[in-house]
Amino acid sequence: MSDTDKHWLVRAKTIKYLWIGFIVVLGITILAELFIHKHDYFGLDGSFGFFGWYGFITCVAMVVVAKLLGYVLKRKEEYYDE
Amino acid sequence: MMNELMIEIPPGWIIIAGAFILAITRGMLQKIAMLGLPLLALVMIWSLPEEASWQIQFFDYQISLLEFTATGKVFATVFALMTFVGGIFAMRTASTLELCAAFLYAGSAIGVTSSGDLISLFVYWEIMALGSTAVVLAAGTVNSYKAAMRYLLMHAFSGSVLMVGIAWHIYGTGSAEFSQLSLDGPAQWMILIGFLVNAGAPPFSAWIADAYPEASPSGCVFLSAFTTKTSVFALLIAFPGTEILIPIGCFMIFYGIIYALLENDARRILSYSIVNQVGFMVVGIGIGTEMALNGATAHAFAHIVYKALLLMSAGAVLYQTGKRRCSDLGGLYQSMPLTTICGTIGALAISSFPFTSGFISKSMISSSAAYEHLTWVWFLLAAASAGVFLHAGIKYPWFVFFQKDSGLRPSDPPKNMQIAMVIFAVVCIALGVFPQPLYDILPFTVEYVPYTADHLVTQFQLLLFAGLAFFLLLPMMKRTETISLDFDWVYRRLLPRGWSFVTAVVCRVYCATQKTVTSLLSNTLQKHYDREQEKPLGYFAKLWPTETMVVWVAVLLAVYLVLYYI
Repeated sequence: MSDTDKHWLVRAKTIKYLWIGFIVVLGITILAELFIHKHDYFGLDGSFGFFGWYGFITCVAMVVVAKLLGYVLKRKEEYYDE
Repeated sequence: MMNELMIEIPPGWIIIAGAFILAITRGMLQKIAMLGLPLLALVMIWSLPEEASWQIQFFDYQISLLEFTATGKVFATVFALMTFVGGIFAMRTASTLELCAAFLYAGSAIGVTSSGDLISLFVYWEIMALGSTAVVLAAGTVNSYKAAMRYLLMHAFSGSVLMVGIAWHIYGTGSAEFSQLSLDGPAQWMILIGFLVNAGAPPFSAWIADAYPEASPSGCVFLSAFTTKTSVFALLIAFPGTEILIPIGCFMIFYGIIYALLENDARRILSYSIVNQVGFMVVGIGIGTEMALNGATAHAFAHIVYKALLLMSAGAVLYQTGKRRCSDLGGLYQSMPLTTICGTIGALAISSFPFTSGFISKSMISSSAAYEHLTWVWFLLAAASAGVFLHAGIKYPWFVFFQKDSGLRPSDPPKNMQIAMVIFAVVCIALGVFPQPLYDILPFTVEYVPYTADHLVTQFQLLLFAGLAFFLLLPMMKRTETISLDFDWVYRRLLPRGWSFVTAVVCRVYCATQKTVTSLLSNTLQKHYDREQEKPLGYFAKLWPTETMVVWVAVLLAVYLVLYYI
């Protein structure tokens, strides 16, 4: 299937624009912090862009932990039927 | 007049009676009952006068069948709403058995919310277990039968623990009242454990993802709403501020995320995320401040709606395609636009996206952790909020409706399913934009303001960067056609295999012993048997039987003689 036959949402060009748009939005959410008064309770959560980097790092950690646990926990779908 | 008529009946009974009405009616009449009775119950919940109560004497104990707390009313309201919209979703596809079971289940759940004593609570609790088992069974497949039996065993177990706890508590304190309990003895601990098993707490979390996805598309929607949230209600009343609930809730939160990340089956992903969401509520109950308890109550309300919406969208996909695994799905947005939009709204709501119901409820729990300066709890909750977006907020809609093109082009489901999804999608957004009506019915006065510039910006940061992590790590999330081992491995694999191992060993030892003994005996016998003459060898074999007898009598007499003189 050539690119123009595909649904407009999954064409390579659209995906490129979506990524650009997404990165712009990410930048805006970080920059918006300059214009608001952030209330922090523990110190660390007051650091610049805390929710951005904390969310990102913890998500990477969760995916990696899940991946590693997967090696131990994953079984064939028929496992219990045998 | 209307009010006077309704005073004396617990609203749950209307729905339980509905189960029997649905069993004997068909066609239009059945549909009217299905939609009318939940609405009637809803009206009753809110038209009951403040002091309404109905007490009867049961041996030495007061049974209070109608004792609504503010918390109970919130739960009863969302349960009745769920029954109504679930009825719309189920209307054309569900079997009569499933509908009756669902009404019995929902009615007894509403019964729990209005019971003021532990005895009637327990009775409702067990009717719930039976009703929900029947909902799973109603799917009618071999897998649903097996899953229903495991589900029933689990609930028979938790029910027994609860019953012993309640009986012990009543014996110890002399009171059957269902109110705040202090954890000062084994009886109260057993009540707590009985509640927690039904909430999906560790180590018994697996039953949710095991049983719910085996139910029919509509059955799964009903199941997601009542059992775990009734437990949340019971914990809210009996154990607010019990600190042990904080680590238990945190464990549930991350258990749900990790297992949902590993899972391939769309409805199982959503089932794991029930444990995750109930975890947030359990943490709120553990924190126990007014704001945290409000948060847990509001979150239960919001959760029932968006989780039902998510499962409706997954159910619609299953109904239209017959497929439930992410690896078989994808690209459905092209032909199921309404289901995609509704599923995505549910996914945003569960992720606490601003302007959805999750945003105005879950943030009360995390903010109360901040106000109480529970450092590690707050940091875990923040990470978990990002994780919810990861495992349910993006993963579910992405793998089901977008990702690769599976080539499937199913249309949107029947009209009734569409209507049900649209109603709940609207509720998700309406609660997010206008939280005040929900805040007004919470047990404590709400002073919390969800929409501040600070909260909006930080929440967008958290969620969008979680989204970035998801798309960057997409190669690591490739779906595999697998299941994940859980604690249920112990009773589904270890115990049966262990038992057959033990029986095999016992059998072997027994057989070996039997063999040795018999061969020994037969060897001995053969050694002393003359095959040619066909009689035993040896001295006595040569004699007549009478002669042998005389010899033995002589011996006996001789022995007697000797013994006599000694």
